[in-house]
Amino acid sequence: MEWTFLDTWIVVVGMLGAMSCALLGNYLVLRRMSMMGDAISHAVLPGLAIAFLVSGSRESLPMLIGAILIGVLTTFFIHGIDRLSGLDRGASMGVVFTTLFALGLILIRQAADHVDLDPGCVLYGAIELTPLDTYLWFDWEIPQAALTNGAMLLINLIFVLLFYKELKITSFDPALATTIGINANVMQYILMTLVAATTIAAFESVGSILVIAMLIVPGAAAHLLTDRLGLMLLISLVFAAVSALVGHIGAITIPKWFGFEDTSTAGMMAFMAGVLFGGVLLFAPRYGLISRLLHQLLLGIKIVRDDILGFLYRYQELASADAKPVQVSQVREALKAGFSVDLSLWDLARKNMVKRVEDRLTLTSNGAATGRNLIRSHRLWETYLCNKMGYCDADMHRHAHQLEHYTDTKLQTELDQITGNPKFDPHQRRIPEP
Amino acid sequence: MLGLVKRLYKIDSKDHVGPDNVPLWINDLTVAYHRKPVLWDVDLSLPEGQLIAVVGPNGAGKSTLIKAILGLVPRASGAVSIYGKPYESQRHLVGYVPQRESVDWDFPVNAMEVVAMGIYRQIGWLKPVTRRHRQKAFEELEKVGMAAYAGRQISQLSGGQQQRVFLARALAQDARLYFMDEPFAGVDVATERAIIALLKELKSAGKTCIVVHHDLQTVPSYFDHVVLLNLRIVDAGPIDQVFTEENLKKTYGGKLTLLSQALHEYAKDPRFPPGDR
Amino acid sequence: MTHRIIFVFRRLSFTVYAGILALSPNEAFAGGLAGSQIQWPSWQDLLRVITFQDYNTRVVIVGATLLGLAAGLVGTFLLLRKRALLSDAISHATLPGIVLAFIVMSMILGNGKNLLGLIAGAAVFSVLGTASVIIIQKYTRLKEDAALGIVLSVYFGFGIALMGLATRMETGNAAGLSSFIYGKTASMLFFDAMLIAVTALGTIIFCILFFKEFALLCFDENYAAAQGWPVTRLDFLMMGLVVAVTVIGLQAVGLILVVALLIIPAAAARFWTFRLRHMLWLSGVFGALSGMLGSGISALMANLPAGAVIVLTASAIFLFSMTFGSARGIMKLVIERFKLRKRILRENLLRDLYEWYETAHTASSDGSITIESHIRGPSIDDISTRRSWSSKQLLRTIRSLRASKYLNVDDDNRLLFTDHGMQAAKDIIRKHRLWEAYLISHADVATGTVDLSADRIEHVLDEEIIRKLEGLLPGIHPKELPKSLHTLNTSGGAV
Repeated sequence: MEWTFLDTWIVVVGMLGAMSCALLGNYLVLRRMSMMGDAISHAVLPGLAIAFLVSGSRESLPMLIGAILIGVLTTFFIHGIDRLSGLDRGASMGVVFTTLFALGLILIRQAADHVDLDPGCVLYGAIELTPLDTYLWFDWEIPQAALTNGAMLLINLIFVLLFYKELKITSFDPALATTIGINANVMQYILMTLVAATTIAAFESVGSILVIAMLIVPGAAAHLLTDRLGLMLLISLVFAAVSALVGHIGAITIPKWFGFEDTSTAGMMAFMAGVLFGGVLLFAPRYGLISRLLHQLLLGIKIVRDDILGFLYRYQELASADAKPVQVSQVREALKAGFSVDLSLWDLARKNMVKRVEDRLTLTSNGAATGRNLIRSHRLWETYLCNKMGYCDADMHRHAHQLEHYTDTKLQTELDQITGNPKFDPHQRRIPEP
Repeated sequence: MLGLVKRLYKIDSKDHVGPDNVPLWINDLTVAYHRKPVLWDVDLSLPEGQLIAVVGPNGAGKSTLIKAILGLVPRASGAVSIYGKPYESQRHLVGYVPQRESVDWDFPVNAMEVVAMGIYRQIGWLKPVTRRHRQKAFEELEKVGMAAYAGRQISQLSGGQQQRVFLARALAQDARLYFMDEPFAGVDVATERAIIALLKELKSAGKTCIVVHHDLQTVPSYFDHVVLLNLRIVDAGPIDQVFTEENLKKTYGGKLTLLSQALHEYAKDPRFPPGDR
Repeated sequence: MTHRIIFVFRRLSFTVYAGILALSPNEAFAGGLAGSQIQWPSWQDLLRVITFQDYNTRVVIVGATLLGLAAGLVGTFLLLRKRALLSDAISHATLPGIVLAFIVMSMILGNGKNLLGLIAGAAVFSVLGTASVIIIQKYTRLKEDAALGIVLSVYFGFGIALMGLATRMETGNAAGLSSFIYGKTASMLFFDAMLIAVTALGTIIFCILFFKEFALLCFDENYAAAQGWPVTRLDFLMMGLVVAVTVIGLQAVGLILVVALLIIPAAAARFWTFRLRHMLWLSGVFGALSGMLGSGISALMANLPAGAVIVLTASAIFLFSMTFGSARGIMKLVIERFKLRKRILRENLLRDLYEWYETAHTASSDGSITIESHIRGPSIDDISTRRSWSSKQLLRTIRSLRASKYLNVDDDNRLLFTDHGMQAAKDIIRKHRLWEAYLISHADVATGTVDLSADRIEHVLDEEIIRKLEGLLPGIHPKELPKSLHTLNTSGGAV
């Protein structure tokens, strides 16, 4: 892979653009307004076109003004239609941004004849060209795009830090915010304006449509990784930067595997963000799919383990002193399970709770203690269900059997107290001491 | 266009305010959705420092009443004043505990941060939340018995615990007048007890609580004052004067065997001698 | 140094190529007029288009009309299920499918531009996209909007990345792939139009056949499931229609604008009716109209991309509908609210006036009150304190009642009923007091039925109930005015 300083700049520009989008995008995700990002980035097109037509050039300032106007207008229109028409929010957005986009297409065609502007560039950018357009800054040649995106990132950072709590409360509970005096509508307009400005700043790098990926995906991924707002913002920034880096690397390496030269960095950045998101979706520690599946599995195994220990304890309780130890096949038959029993037995042996000699099983002292605790919980529950709740029928055992797995020491002690420290359960079986 | 529509709802109520020692004064309030009025000719004047229940059948307009007072739904006519001034200038005196469903429970905040939101107004724009504020939030959580859960993300709390957190938030606002919309709905016994204890404490601090309540049987024991609402005010006043079988029939209509039973129990119960709240 | 230049040149050429694609003659219209200024059409041009003399224009207009029709029909159900933006996500998700199909066909068949193959690719990926949205929503705590945004942007990004490859391929001319983004309405071929016609026909047939099932699905999915309808399969069918229209529409108006056709005509139709059947057909008509007018206008005027004009036509229809729609338009709502407030104020004043008299005078034996000439009416101040009148409101209402000949103002600025006014006041009072009686006697069902703003109580309640209510009120005689069930105090309204 040939890597030049141009590639470095491309990655830097991409990262700055991605991060400035991701920062604001967190709030779009939390406010359930992700598609506003979509709406605004489609809607900026006419703003750009008007800026070009009016100023006759591609200077940044008119474009920024165009963006701000569009941001406000789009929000205003969507709000207005939402409230006056009774349409759902999605439909209002759909009407507004498709109209504005169509308008933009027409205007861009007009503008393109006057100004050197390429609509494709507007839509999906030309990040590969950004290192060529530089400014001289203290003897350094810095791509203009890096400066623009960097400035935008800084502005967004300052905004988020200054208005941290205002953003938090208006995203979480706008009604309360308004009753306290923090006008939720005003915050909304400011946020959307900044999104529009960020979109414009980034359009040269990744194009207005791909900005949506950077607005939503990092924030969404971060939301799955943490329960704390501050951490979520941080993670989204890192995610965005990594997507940008991996995206560019992917754009110049992966096509080679298929016999191609390279491909659009912007496209790959969005795609890589998606791939990383997929990874988070599956493997996020608490909320990922695989994690949850594993959790379920482990819980299932725990329950089988407990059942085995309970079975063995009861057997030992009832059997005479010289009776033969339990066979594995008997356990399998009692629990009506095969593979999970084997797995649990292996685990129990590993934890030194069960001693296995060929196919005979005995409890170790550890295992016996755990088994006894379980039985105690079980029988306390049966006592509680029957004596305190009048629930004395056959189902009592089944319920106690389910509850015993989730009874910790504290709960057990409380059960004991409530039922008056009983010695025997409703079936006249002895309740083990703790 | 929006401005025109808004203007049609603006009430020129500058001339009409209540006395400034009355926490809530309403005159001739009518609220209409689409074409049908849902609140009609509501006149109300509520005393300070009392626990006041607002009761009525489903759809009677109880939540609408609260929302109309707080400006969350438009008023077709009528004037509302809080301690003698329109609501907009008295926001800092009013705390609101809405019905629970209106919030996104997956939002990355924990219980303490939710309570801290109640203090934002006192902190002011742009200034950060300091340790002192967090301490205060923690104290409010203690008052509702949720101190142990301060760091839990809110979706990990039970329904009753969530309700208590929102109550603590309202407390943190340090208001003089509290509106609560069905705080007892669907909560567990522990939460219910916590809420009652809190209400009593608020009352002894001289605050006024106006509570939309659904369970008639507990009205006499929890509250001092009641407002009977069914599209219009049936009656309003102290419990022992207003909470009568006749009034309840007027409000709820139909067969009220459960209710009559409750009333008889109440009348006989020696724990609640009239006048002792 | 040289390798750097080559490197840059490669990058540059890619962009230039992409730019050429974007601005390719696909955007030009059929008539052949080029130029950069807006050239207004001559009368001959207009005539040519209207009378369908130009073959190309004919094809385009017919195709666009039928597409609008199909999109309008399908979009109605989308709108009702609140899935408007799902169509946006689906249409963006089709891009990688199209490009992938192109690449595969180029490698295997040598020619990547087989339309049916591209459409197949689009369809497959739109299904994948929908599945992704569902998975994200179902298995994470992310909400629908985030799921849509993620799918939309990631799939589209993938599509752009693939396009970067496709445009480099030696085999299979990739020019025109971008037409799937912008649409090439104006260079629609007969085959394309046929495809659209078939889809439109299919859509119409399905909508007719499955109308009641789709309607049920929209309004109450759970009820439908409980009744035994195969809800999932019906949902698939509905989404299948959406996918079909989207994919076919892609190459006509382009990816981004097909969404507009799915949303806007349906949204516009909603303002004119409350009945689903009417909304469905109206939406189809609006869509067809947009297609027809839009492509016609674009054929007449130079330099206007047809897809965009079609969308703007639809938007114009939407704007008109939102403002003037006879069922829910803004004008209607505003006027209704205005009328309601005016009625409330007039009735309030009449009631206040009557009750002032009622407390100021004793009733005669038959319960009626007569205005005796020597008794002075209330002054404006007397009335204004009875409820929260603003002076402006009060004066306006007095003037309005005077115009209806219900009251007069004498020289002392005191108010006096006319006979008409007295009768009107009696009717209103009777209505209100009957409603009060109803609220009390039927309190458990009242809240749904009571409509205090109804003209007459007879419009809402049955005769029989009214007679029973009259029987409940004290001082009874059907024609007479019942006494109020509230105590009236002399200084204010009812307590």
